[in-house]
Amino acid sequence: MAGTTVLGRLAWYVATVVEGRQETRTARTLVLNVPSWPGHDAGQHVDVRLRAADGYTAVRSYSIANAAQNERVELTVEELADGEVSLYLVRTIAPGDPLEIRGPVGGWFVWRPAFIEPVQLVAGGSGIVPLMAMIRTRAAAGLQTPFRLLYSVRTPENIIYAAELQRRESEGQGLTIAYAFTRATPAGWPRPPARIDAAFLSEAALPAGEDPACYICGPTGFVESAAALLEQAGYDPKRIKTERFGPTGGIS
Amino acid sequence: MTPDPPIVSPGFVGRRRAGSATLPPGQYLTEDFPVLSAGPTPTIRLDDWKFALTTESGDVRTWSWSEFRALPSVSITTDIHCVTRWSKLGTVWEGVSLDTLLEGIPATASFAMAESYGGYTTNLPLADLRDGKAWIAFRYGGEDLAPEHGGPARLLVPHLYLWKSAKWIRGITLMRKDRPGFWESLGYNNYGDPWREQRYWGD
Repeated sequence: MAGTTVLGRLAWYVATVVEGRQETRTARTLVLNVPSWPGHDAGQHVDVRLRAADGYTAVRSYSIANAAQNERVELTVEELADGEVSLYLVRTIAPGDPLEIRGPVGGWFVWRPAFIEPVQLVAGGSGIVPLMAMIRTRAAAGLQTPFRLLYSVRTPENIIYAAELQRRESEGQGLTIAYAFTRATPAGWPRPPARIDAAFLSEAALPAGEDPACYICGPTGFVESAAALLEQAGYDPKRIKTERFGPTGGIS
Repeated sequence: MTPDPPIVSPGFVGRRRAGSATLPPGQYLTEDFPVLSAGPTPTIRLDDWKFALTTESGDVRTWSWSEFRALPSVSITTDIHCVTRWSKLGTVWEGVSLDTLLEGIPATASFAMAESYGGYTTNLPLADLRDGKAWIAFRYGGEDLAPEHGGPARLLVPHLYLWKSAKWIRGITLMRKDRPGFWESLGYNNYGDPWREQRYWGD
């Protein structure tokens, strides 16, 4: 190991599912109690390990959804059509069941209450999860740091945390939200279904002149496109942090 | 690492995949996953592209794109393994061997730092870049390497986890002493051998 820093080993923890909360038709939040959990930063993720009775294991990474709070960890999982792990977490695991997790992982795509600059969040689909952890961490710290969320979803029914986002925005504490619906909009919505584009950004994002810290999370194609749009609109690429969820066909 | 007795996930059956014997531990062949990447994809014009090799004594050797492309290149067929747990078998690349680039360069250093357009860095032992184990790759699957995959050129060190294969490479600096690169400072393993499952600090 380099330098003199003492680098800790990431431990596995045996969590217990306390509660399962259906967020949308396909997304579920698992509330976990994790004895000895060291806490986490908003934006970090964990590895989840499942083990079958014959010893076969499967491990996947999931973003943490909640603000650090003692031994509590919340994961929001979107089920994938062929998702060996996600289908189990969304449909099968029940309160009282054990779940092995390792983490917290990742020290780059994080937001901490000490960061004082304005924040532009850009979420595509279940990419909202680590950004929600940032929104919740800011609220738990009682801060009013300007936060603007652009959230791209297929339809209004696909919004994860819809009620909580609406409540937090209405509290008037400096969080504002703009939705981009890509397949179907609510009745009377002014913008037809469309992806985030340059016009939407210039209308809905914090101005580049405010030099916001930008966090983009979503599928690879979404993140590529959103990051390029921000850069073209004059946002500082050094202040754009990305986290991508993508198909294995990519080459990293 | 594994609790005793192991924790069984009630009701979990799982899907064993064919061919998993060729995969390092904890890797799988297909499915969705979070990909490691820190920021936007940089745009690099070939006219502006340059690759710099800096020795431990500060001597710099640079190649323009045309100088670089005039070097002998080889075709590489290799498996690649990402720390986010996906593996891809039999990928085909074209690139210039680091042996070619390091030829005639006096180096007593033991370590190297790869540096990318956009500011990314990753560290490796110099020995891992020698003897036909590492390339600067500029084609993937018969096509010019796409920007989102690291084009115009990326480091390819396929015997280590893919974050060591720095995308958008612009230089390598040789170092007498090791120091951590970008992900290596942020919780990821200093070496990153997939066969020993060195994902994180202390693995």
